[in-house]
Amino acid sequence: MRNLWIFINRYNAFFFFIIFFTIGIILTVKNNVYQRSVTVNSTNEIVGDVYQNMNVLKKYLNLGPVNDSLGAENAKLKTELLALKNIDSAKTGVVKDTLNNPQYTYLSARVIKNSITLRNNVITINKGSADGIAPDMAVISPGQGVVGFVMDVSEHLATVRSLLHKDTKISVTQKKSNALGILVWGIGNADFTKAFVKEIPNHFKINLKDTIVTSGFSSFPPGIPVGTVTNTAVATGDNFMSVEIKLFNDFSTLQYVYVVLDKYAAEQKELEAKLPHE
Amino acid sequence: MNSRLVLINIVRWVVLLLIQILLLRNLSFYNLATPFVYILFLLLIPFGTPNLLLYLIAFITGLTLDAFYDTLGVHTAACVTLVFVRISFISLTMNRDGFDEPEPTLGNMGFKWFILYAFLCTISHHLVLFFLETFRLAEFSYTLLRCFFSAIFTLFSVILIEFVFYNRKMR
Repeated sequence: MRNLWIFINRYNAFFFFIIFFTIGIILTVKNNVYQRSVTVNSTNEIVGDVYQNMNVLKKYLNLGPVNDSLGAENAKLKTELLALKNIDSAKTGVVKDTLNNPQYTYLSARVIKNSITLRNNVITINKGSADGIAPDMAVISPGQGVVGFVMDVSEHLATVRSLLHKDTKISVTQKKSNALGILVWGIGNADFTKAFVKEIPNHFKINLKDTIVTSGFSSFPPGIPVGTVTNTAVATGDNFMSVEIKLFNDFSTLQYVYVVLDKYAAEQKELEAKLPHE
Repeated sequence: MNSRLVLINIVRWVVLLLIQILLLRNLSFYNLATPFVYILFLLLIPFGTPNLLLYLIAFITGLTLDAFYDTLGVHTAACVTLVFVRISFISLTMNRDGFDEPEPTLGNMGFKWFILYAFLCTISHHLVLFFLETFRLAEFSYTLLRCFFSAIFTLFSVILIEFVFYNRKMR
């Protein structure tokens, strides 16, 4: 205490300055209309800033619900878009319903578990049988690219066999020539941005940067972009070609997916079950 | 501090404040330079005055000026700042134990010392004064310019007055 007093006494000029200067400032602000209004204004600016920053924070905290609603809206729009496209896709020979009754509808779902490092990767999504999801439905990425097939379904959740799985095989075609192939992942390759298209007939010419799309023979709608060819010279040792492609979607940042509901899936299955097994 | 010094200071206070309020208040060059000669009084307060007394004198002087300028608090803060600079400068440049001269005038302290002393005090006083008066940073450069020219004007006036009295004392 005594030392404190000595300290204050030693620098009394400074402390007196602080005291008197503060009084001066207070007088200035309190008694002059202009300064007072300015002070109130700047205070308001500060308050406004605080509120604005709070708002940014709130926005950030609300990102989840906002994203959910956006995803749902996107799914709705995509469904409508597909319906519109289907009107003049009659020339492909697929009989489809009109505007209000498209073959495919999209259902948005959030990825709640994902892995990319394993040999067989499985994704869990937050929609289940209560939302109309059934096994073997196709799952695609919001932007471009395929994700996989629904594996198991519980009431509110579903597991998706990712493309990054040894059992996932998706029928794809080269966009230009409709040359069929099978999209697989992980033959001597652990890079989640790359996959292979196997069993392309040898007489087709595949160039670098050709786009690969889904064929529509699996439960995927036709024409969904999958990736671009990066290597055409993959040695196979059989009568078919293999090419390496770079996938459009990034599995490491997958947040939302669309589950494709195929209206005629059950019908198709039933019909095809009648075929004699070879 | 003898009674003669006190009397001189009181007279100086009255005269300088009268000059400031009645004459210099109406004076301004292109709205840019306004002299504040009354700070000469604060500059010339005798050595050895206790700090608290110095601050009180500055506070009262500032308040008086504010009353006439209708700017309550602005001159007060500026004068208090000036006294702080004055105390710091004197404690840095002078021997603490005893002062040979009674008060820091031009004649007593020499031209160099007094110029530096007056300059530092004036510029600090004017900076606080003008920025408190403007109270916004938007007109920063203009305020700084006004402050600078006013400081030159004040300094010039202060040294002029000092020379007048310097000569009289030497006679």
